[in-house]
Amino acid sequence: MDLLLGSIAAGIVLGMVIALVALGLTIIFGVMEIVNFAHGEFLMVGMYTGLLTAQATGTDPIFTLPVAAIVGFLLGVICYAGFIKFLIRGPMVAQLLGTFGLMLFLRNLALLIFGSSDRTVHHGILVGKSFDIGMGIILPATKAAAAGLSVIAFLAVWLLMNRTKIGKALTATALNAQAARYMGIPTEKMNALAWGIGGGSVTVAGALIVNFWAVNPFMGLLFTMIAFTVVALGGFGSVPGAFFAGLVVGLIMEIPGFWDFFTYTFDWPWMADVPMTSLKYMWIYVAYFVITVIRPRGLFGWKH
Amino acid sequence: MILEIENISVRYSGLPVIHGISLAVNAGETVCVVGSNGAGKSTLLRAIMGSQPVFEGRIILGDREIQKLKTEQIVRLGIVYVPEEKMLFRPISVEKNLLLGAYILERDAQIKRNLEFVYTLFPILRNRRFQAASTLSGGEQQMVAIGRGLMSNPKILMLDEPSFGLAPILVDEVLDTVRRLKEQGMTILLVEQNVREALGLADRGYVLQTGRMVAQGTGRELLEADLFRSAFLGI
Repeated sequence: MDLLLGSIAAGIVLGMVIALVALGLTIIFGVMEIVNFAHGEFLMVGMYTGLLTAQATGTDPIFTLPVAAIVGFLLGVICYAGFIKFLIRGPMVAQLLGTFGLMLFLRNLALLIFGSSDRTVHHGILVGKSFDIGMGIILPATKAAAAGLSVIAFLAVWLLMNRTKIGKALTATALNAQAARYMGIPTEKMNALAWGIGGGSVTVAGALIVNFWAVNPFMGLLFTMIAFTVVALGGFGSVPGAFFAGLVVGLIMEIPGFWDFFTYTFDWPWMADVPMTSLKYMWIYVAYFVITVIRPRGLFGWKH
Repeated sequence: MILEIENISVRYSGLPVIHGISLAVNAGETVCVVGSNGAGKSTLLRAIMGSQPVFEGRIILGDREIQKLKTEQIVRLGIVYVPEEKMLFRPISVEKNLLLGAYILERDAQIKRNLEFVYTLFPILRNRRFQAASTLSGGEQQMVAIGRGLMSNPKILMLDEPSFGLAPILVDEVLDTVRRLKEQGMTILLVEQNVREALGLADRGYVLQTGRMVAQGTGRELLEADLFRSAFLGI
């Protein structure tokens, strides 16, 4: 039973962080209907930013989050103003290949600067500590802190989108950009802002994830795929959708943990022979496939 | 003179669709532009709004040239455009649509006053205020579109075929609204295909034909001109 509760708790905690990873993708898609294939690479930039600033200051990456947020915001705005702005005048396929190119560029830039090896956070206040939250559930402090801060960051973005004038202008741009211009809303600036918020939220997620996940130049694609799954499940453009879908996907990523629980409970020898941990990420792709076939507009989507 | 258009030409990918049109709107006036399909009426309004590039000529609002400005800057200068396609924010409520119309205003008291004005003008919208705009009938959607345009205290309200696609009884209602706005001193540039009614309520009118201005005058003059009667009224 501890094993089951532990897996659920781990899945939810991971899901909170994953929701923040996907948030930027859904905002950018919602406002501009462009799919950013370089989203995972933005996360990677956040992870390296968190790692480097933490090493430079001798603290945990969690304490250098504002740096990651600023780097991500600028990265998003620069990508939009220098690249995407011109890309969106072209056909859909140009947009797809364009952000794909951005992905390759960022990945190889990271390879050039950091080399191909895994890097992790070795020391810090949180490293190696854990909370016992009862019922036999023990959470590593790094993950618990990352989950809590993710929820706070998520709420901050939600408030920005729903309670401020800027958020209303972003929504109007998302719903009908031409009509938004007729209301006096500067839609070009709103697009840049969407990329800034999208970039900033995903690099913050990166700086949180690097507390417990190794970073290398190639890990972006896995997270792009995870973010796609979350956004497809939650509904493209839906902020609350991203949160709930993030939790679901977090639990999907804990399937090996659930498998262990059933193996242990039922004591069937064949179950132990299945290399479930190696198949860990397969479930993400399976989930993405099932969602796109069964409910393409997701749980909360108002766009298709 | 509040809005002056001097000899503008507009091209769609190289092809000229408007050839040197000039037009003027005085403060408090209702000016109507009529013409058959493809005459360039909507293109003219979009060119004023900055959403269609002006190839040559000048557009002057007050004492400022605006033909090079972006749409959102032109809105801030006081021109509001209610497009033929209405372009509502469909999934969100009527009231949120209206409030977005007041985006360029800062003071809450002013916004509240304008909202009250729109609800007085169109009482049905008050009952529908929490409904998604997409659930409204065509006539109600047109009211939201006009109301949203009024929310920012425009100096000039440009209406592009406000009666398009509406049942005859609603056409009268919409044109009656235009008349009421005119009586309150609003400056209106109206594009309409209900030529008789529109010219009946306008102070002055212009006639467009395949991108050229072929006649102008007071509404009554135009309705009585021979060329005009044969071209548009079939008499």
